[in-house]
Amino acid sequence: MTDVLTPVLTAGWGDDRAWTLEAYERRGGYQALRAGLAMSPADLTALVKDAGLRGRGGAGFPTGMKWSFIPQDNPKPKYLVVNADESEPGTCKDIPLMMASPHTLVEGVVLAAHAIRAERAFIYVRGEVLHVVRRLRAAVREAYEAGYLGTDVLGTGVNVDLVVHAGAGAYICGEETALLDSLEGRRGQPRLRPPFPAVEGLYASPTVINNVESIASVPAIVRGGVEWFGSMGTEKSKGFTLYSLSGHVRRPGQYEAPLGVTLRQLLELGGGMREGAELKFWTPGGSSTPLLTAEHLDVPLDYEGVSAVGSMLGTKALQVFDQTTSVVRCVLRWTEFYKHESCGKCTPCREGTWWLVQALQRLDAGQGRPGDVELLLDLCDNILGRSFCALGDGATSPITSAIKHFRDEFDAGMHTPSRELFPPERSTAWARPLEGSPA
Amino acid sequence: MTLTPERSSTGAEPVELVTLTIDDVEVSVPKGTLVIRAAELVGIEIPRFCDHPLLEPVGACRQCLVEVPDAGNGRGLPKPQASCTIEVAPGMVVRTQLTSAVADKAQRGTMELLLVNHPLDCPVCDKGGECPLQNQAMSHGQGETRFTETKRTYPKPLPVSAQVLLDRERCVLCARCTRFSEEIAGDPFIALVERGAWQQVGTAPDVPFHSYFSGNTIQICPVGALTSADYRFRARPFDLVSTPTVSEHDACGAAVRVDHRRGTVMRRLAGDDPEVNEEWISDKDRFAFRWSQQADRLRTPLVRDESGELVPMSWPGALAVAARGLAAARDAAGVGVLPGGRLTAEDAYAYAKLARTALGAHDVDFRTRAALAGGEEEQFLASRVAATGPSVTYASLERARTVVLAGLEPEDEAATLFLRLRKASRRGLRVVAVASHTTRGLAKLGAELVRTRPGDEAAALAALELGPDDVLLVGERLADAPGALAAAAALIAGSGARLAWVPRRAGDRGAVEAGCLPGLLPGARPVSDPAARADLAAAWGVPSLPTAPGRDTAAMLAAAADGSLAGLLVGGVDLDDLPDPAVARAALERAFVVSLEVRSSAVTELADVVLPVAPPVEKSGTFVTWEGRLRPFPRVLDVAGSLPDVRVLAGIAEELGTPLGFRTPEGAMAEMTELGPWDGERAAPPTVGTSRASDAPLVLDTWRQLIDSGRLQDGAETYRATARPPAVRASLATLAAAGLTAGAPATVVTAAGERVTYPAEAADLPDGVVWVPATADVHLHAVRGEAVELVRGEVAR
Repeated sequence: MTDVLTPVLTAGWGDDRAWTLEAYERRGGYQALRAGLAMSPADLTALVKDAGLRGRGGAGFPTGMKWSFIPQDNPKPKYLVVNADESEPGTCKDIPLMMASPHTLVEGVVLAAHAIRAERAFIYVRGEVLHVVRRLRAAVREAYEAGYLGTDVLGTGVNVDLVVHAGAGAYICGEETALLDSLEGRRGQPRLRPPFPAVEGLYASPTVINNVESIASVPAIVRGGVEWFGSMGTEKSKGFTLYSLSGHVRRPGQYEAPLGVTLRQLLELGGGMREGAELKFWTPGGSSTPLLTAEHLDVPLDYEGVSAVGSMLGTKALQVFDQTTSVVRCVLRWTEFYKHESCGKCTPCREGTWWLVQALQRLDAGQGRPGDVELLLDLCDNILGRSFCALGDGATSPITSAIKHFRDEFDAGMHTPSRELFPPERSTAWARPLEGSPA
Repeated sequence: MTLTPERSSTGAEPVELVTLTIDDVEVSVPKGTLVIRAAELVGIEIPRFCDHPLLEPVGACRQCLVEVPDAGNGRGLPKPQASCTIEVAPGMVVRTQLTSAVADKAQRGTMELLLVNHPLDCPVCDKGGECPLQNQAMSHGQGETRFTETKRTYPKPLPVSAQVLLDRERCVLCARCTRFSEEIAGDPFIALVERGAWQQVGTAPDVPFHSYFSGNTIQICPVGALTSADYRFRARPFDLVSTPTVSEHDACGAAVRVDHRRGTVMRRLAGDDPEVNEEWISDKDRFAFRWSQQADRLRTPLVRDESGELVPMSWPGALAVAARGLAAARDAAGVGVLPGGRLTAEDAYAYAKLARTALGAHDVDFRTRAALAGGEEEQFLASRVAATGPSVTYASLERARTVVLAGLEPEDEAATLFLRLRKASRRGLRVVAVASHTTRGLAKLGAELVRTRPGDEAAALAALELGPDDVLLVGERLADAPGALAAAAALIAGSGARLAWVPRRAGDRGAVEAGCLPGLLPGARPVSDPAARADLAAAWGVPSLPTAPGRDTAAMLAAAADGSLAGLLVGGVDLDDLPDPAVARAALERAFVVSLEVRSSAVTELADVVLPVAPPVEKSGTFVTWEGRLRPFPRVLDVAGSLPDVRVLAGIAEELGTPLGFRTPEGAMAEMTELGPWDGERAAPPTVGTSRASDAPLVLDTWRQLIDSGRLQDGAETYRATARPPAVRASLATLAAAGLTAGAPATVVTAAGERVTYPAEAADLPDGVVWVPATADVHLHAVRGEAVELVRGEVAR
């Protein structure tokens, strides 16, 4: 079954001191850079476009197309910004990648910057992961010293300066325009669009913002070519990607596989559910993607497959929950996160998450009132698609999808606290092996 | 009045129209219009909070959501759209709450969410009764809330400044106040801080919200979150009577709404006049209105009795005493008339006519400042300002290419003008300032500084070149610099550029038009022109007008002090504003003085007859703006026995046996209009003389800041608390030469021995120049360009 895996990004993670330039180069690192810089920016963009690489940050927008939106007749400088503000509950792919192999990202940055003719690039990395910030900075320093960054990279005449910028702890700064505001030194709040970042982004100049994994995939595409990349994945979702398996599974971790793999396959790779556990529900791509159940075990995990069953591929953060987990409590925790992280700019998200938390707390405590479920659904309807950015939309997804699949648990919240129905200690990682499963 | 075209080169460009359908109504609007505005044009009101037509769109409150089934490309937009942020497109179809269930539900949903954390304390909230949240919750919300849980609460209120108070739990976080402060006023001292429902308006530690325009944030707050310390809990909107009027505080003519309850003014708000102040006024226009309610208000005529005491007397008696005294003084040596610069045009006209008819001389001058030798300012006003109706307007400033400021600090001296210049400068207007240093106001205009030592303005202006799309704005302070007004006139001549004179007081321009100058008759008729005199004499029905030229303020005061004038008729003049208060005091002590005043003053204390007159709020009249625009205003309060100057002067004239021919402001205005401007030859502009730059090692620069201790700001203490702290500004080298560092007490001493002490502040002045603010209670009695000394520490007299 291990032949399902396609380690590309993760290939060198097990190497000794994999994060160093030496280890990276031993595996052929920065060879793609030489090839890519020999290409014209337009050819490089076309290569990525033809390969069919789609944004790995969640939305799945074709990366090469995004690059081609940069108006090259604009006299202002162009900027490349890498969104490394990975903060979504459950999502944990970019941080391990930057920990284990920061040079993959740096090499991708130089290639992408060349493709859009940017001479300055930024990695906006989540500030809480200090270790990653240090690794990135060390890698950038090494790359400068080796001539992969700076002026006249490898004698090609291409100039790329790369700045690693640490965020200050706000989920909203993963929203690309809030990220730009934060990077400019302002409070991170989403900007009005239009103008779009491709036209007026960082410092009102044309800007491409890509996810870490998208950029890190570029060197492999340059090395392997369009055909090779297309040999993996499905028709519209090509290539390899990182699936982050977490929760009540025996071997949680990063599984790099072609797009279109199923959760059933991944669970097998991960050794199955923990002892005595059966799958109750799971998220395909972090907490803001509508949750799915065991009936979706064979849904192909690509952009089309997941959206066909009413969810989103998102960040491929597969959080797996077994029968010991209270859906109500789980959704409450997620909602508390969104309330805490709402930036406050727009009314539906700011006030809606405030209210949702209090309504869910009642249900979690078994003190719900008749009509509370309808109230939750109606509130979500007043938030979804009414907020300024996608944070508010994301806050509603776990609630509406949980009610869709597990309405009786919410109804039970009218009389019984979740801690009685689902004792919290039973779903912990240190819980004793489950004896059978309660009906 | 002469009208020059506003723009000499390019005309108005044709507007491209876009046709769309809103609620099945087809409408064509200019390209770039926002959907919410287009809906207004067809009479559809979409509820909103963050949207404000004069602020940049933000799309934060999400109250104005509409459905767009067709974006103009045949495809609908999947989500409801904020109509305050999307522009119209050809063929677009919009459905508002009136025709779309989706839009209606979205709006009701947002409204319910807005009220989740709102305290619903309308019964005790100042905004209750005039609150957009209250009103729109009634029209677009549901009567009952489903929210029964815990609301967010805060300690309240939080002072954002001494004058603006914040009740955070009422705030709907629309960001109108913060956007106003940043975009319009340029004072970003308030900002949104924190996040989620705990987001709030905040200030930086120890940096209060001190802005000359902070009151506007209270007015545009769509809820009761921002209130004024001055008005809080004072009145309910439905108890107030509102009257539109015009501000009396400067020459800008800002539209103001006065709200009074049972004869007492409770507050003032900005009026909405797109041609003048748009929807903004300065804090002075807004908060400084209690000056006429003070205890020292004069209510009855006073006449000095045999013992030298001022005693009350009836109006007929007092008018008779005044007329007898003035007649005697006129016959003995003559009477000087000092009407001051705060009058309406009608009142000024009455003074001008009374001086020339009943008092028989041209001895009338509205100016309180020292006049330049040779009558340069008067010549300038006669040739370039009087009866030159609006050629430079607020709107035309937005279309100008370059505006040059000379002797003018707009933020302090013409706040409404400042806001319009700032708006234009944000859109590309180039501002050039002939000034001593880059003030905060000039920095906010992005002004290029032509660094000039006070007194050297003539040379600085002569070095400039202007083109047809340029404007020169000349402040009244430029008259302090010899040759500068002549240089300004010369700079304009033949360039195609336009010029406007921006005085400080509301009545200054009206007084010029009314002829309150020794050499200038009403309607720009030169006294020196026999034909003009004959024309006016015929209109007034008198055989002739005096031929001898009149005296200016300083000359009149000197003459009264030495007895060569025997009487003075004084309007709203502050003794301390006069160039030499000692001479002025001697003059008032010696001459027979009739004083027309609102409140007792140093002048009324020395007067022989005191005749109380109405403040602007108790009379009707017309102020003339710096543009030359007439700003008529009605009487707001009807107070028995409160008479305008024109009525009092008519009474004196009748007692003197030479009636003015009118007794009311309306009558005076009718006569002025009938008279019209002079159609003969105008006075010649002043010629460039030699500018007399002082060779003193250190000279003074000074002007009055917007907020200070002036009498017209009495009674507005919280407003005064937001004044900019006075400082002595000089270059680092100049400070160092006096042994000073920033923050140390510095004393400026004039040649006459007057002194002020303020903390020293380094600024980009030329070496050898020191700036201090002029204020009403600390007087240097020195003009700009005068030699002064700068000394470290406080210096005893």
